[in-house]
Amino acid sequence: MDRFVWTSGLLEINETLVIQQRGIKFDAGTLLLSTHRLIWRDQKNHECCMAIPLSQIVFIEEQAAGIGKSAKIVVHLHPAPSNKEPGPFQSSKNSYIKLSFKEHGQIEFYRRLSEEMTQRRWENMPVSQSLQANRGPQPGRIRAVGIVGIERKLEEKRKETDKNISEAFEDLSKLMVKAKEMVELSKSIANKIKDKQGDITEDETIRFKSYLLSMGIANPVTRETYGSGTQYHMQLAKQLAGILQAPLEERGGIMSLTEVYCLVNRARGMELLSPEDLVNACKMLEELKLPLRLRVFDSGVMVIELQSHKEEETVASALETVSEKGSLTSEEFAKLVGMSVLLAKERLLLAEKMGHLCRDDSVEGLRFYPNLFMTQS
Amino acid sequence: MAMSFEWPWQYRFPPFFTLQPNVDTRQKQLAAWCSLVLSFCRLHKRSSMTVMEAQESPLFNNVKLQRKLPVESIQVVLEELRKKGNLEWLDKNKSSFLIMWRRPEEWGKLIYQWVSRSGQNNSVFTLYELTNGEDTEDEEFHGLDEATLLRALQALQQEHKAEIITVSDGRGVKFF
Repeated sequence: MDRFVWTSGLLEINETLVIQQRGIKFDAGTLLLSTHRLIWRDQKNHECCMAIPLSQIVFIEEQAAGIGKSAKIVVHLHPAPSNKEPGPFQSSKNSYIKLSFKEHGQIEFYRRLSEEMTQRRWENMPVSQSLQANRGPQPGRIRAVGIVGIERKLEEKRKETDKNISEAFEDLSKLMVKAKEMVELSKSIANKIKDKQGDITEDETIRFKSYLLSMGIANPVTRETYGSGTQYHMQLAKQLAGILQAPLEERGGIMSLTEVYCLVNRARGMELLSPEDLVNACKMLEELKLPLRLRVFDSGVMVIELQSHKEEETVASALETVSEKGSLTSEEFAKLVGMSVLLAKERLLLAEKMGHLCRDDSVEGLRFYPNLFMTQS
Repeated sequence: MAMSFEWPWQYRFPPFFTLQPNVDTRQKQLAAWCSLVLSFCRLHKRSSMTVMEAQESPLFNNVKLQRKLPVESIQVVLEELRKKGNLEWLDKNKSSFLIMWRRPEEWGKLIYQWVSRSGQNNSVFTLYELTNGEDTEDEEFHGLDEATLLRALQALQQEHKAEIITVSDGRGVKFF
């Protein structure tokens, strides 16, 4: 064992575990002598470090080396003081330790140790306890005084608060991570569907897209992605065609633009569409040969209807309905047929335009009659 | 008052009292109105009317149906009659009008036919004779109001078939 001997007033600052255990030979370590303590450090594990204050030593004696035995120093110790800091063992029945010098150097060490014992320099230079902070497994309380102490306390508090907040928001950030994953997943599925358009039935596609829609993740085309202008509106138009197919079919092939606006923005959640953007996109539906079109009635009302929807054909059935009842107002007609009053009125107006109906406008309101002017006499 | 007058089916059709926006429908509607006005005036022997009168008359106001043709629409009907030659405004304000269920030219033709038939060309008649004379009792133009008669004769005058002249106690006409 290599050993170092420090003799000139060095205060040991590194952390130590105070030896309590006695009578055990320590393997391969380094023994250090300071003015205050006897320190043993494990050669293999430098973290493992033990020390005995020299004041604990009663007396020391040499033991000469024999055959198969290395030279030893026996250190007799006082009983452990009650205020001793934690060590490897809480108690031991022996009151001495044997230091086995496997690599010699025991004579020199003995001489120095004796010298220190005689001089008792540790009595003159008390070592500050506060510096013997334990670095071991137990987290020690940092005892601080003065301004430094206050600063430290504040810092601690801040860290604590920070930690609490982080913990509180942990769920949210986890959710955000999850949401991001969900979006990625939906996007990838949506793309796969787009590619495999042939394999997956239109019905399934529509259904899946409606799920996406209800979740608010329908690959929103945003202004940032595509910039403003025609390109953006074109993309938007394509997206609208996809979103609106099913709702249109549910509603008999025609929806007012305000209904469309509400539906689309409700689905988008964020990145809402402005009315202008919606109208501009819808204007492009026809030229892009998409299955929907924007239609503006004479009254100025704008609707989106499926290409397959022929409003003119619905007029014939509207005439039948009105004829059955003799005459109808827009509200009555809407109720009978199950459409919004706005669209009902447009249909009746269209029927009038085509000459199938005529109007009776009085204080009682606006009613529509079959056009007897043309059919009778 | 509306004794044997038979209202047309349109009179009981509420949309009749709303001016129709559809052009083709409107055409039919106005034609029906014109016909109604003329037959109404003929039966009631009305040769002239004011617009105010017209508004409240059962002609444009169907009390039973609770519908009346609004005055703007009445104006449209009257204008239509004027274009057809059956109506003439009697004042600049268009508040009263002459209504002729037969156009003056038609009356003129009838009168001239009678004149020719009875071999009275080149004779002179007072206006009163024509409309109230015994000889014309069976004629349609018997009892015709003077304003209309005058216009009928003016039409003939245009065709050089008659000439309005002044006679001792008013006006007369000579047929050629």
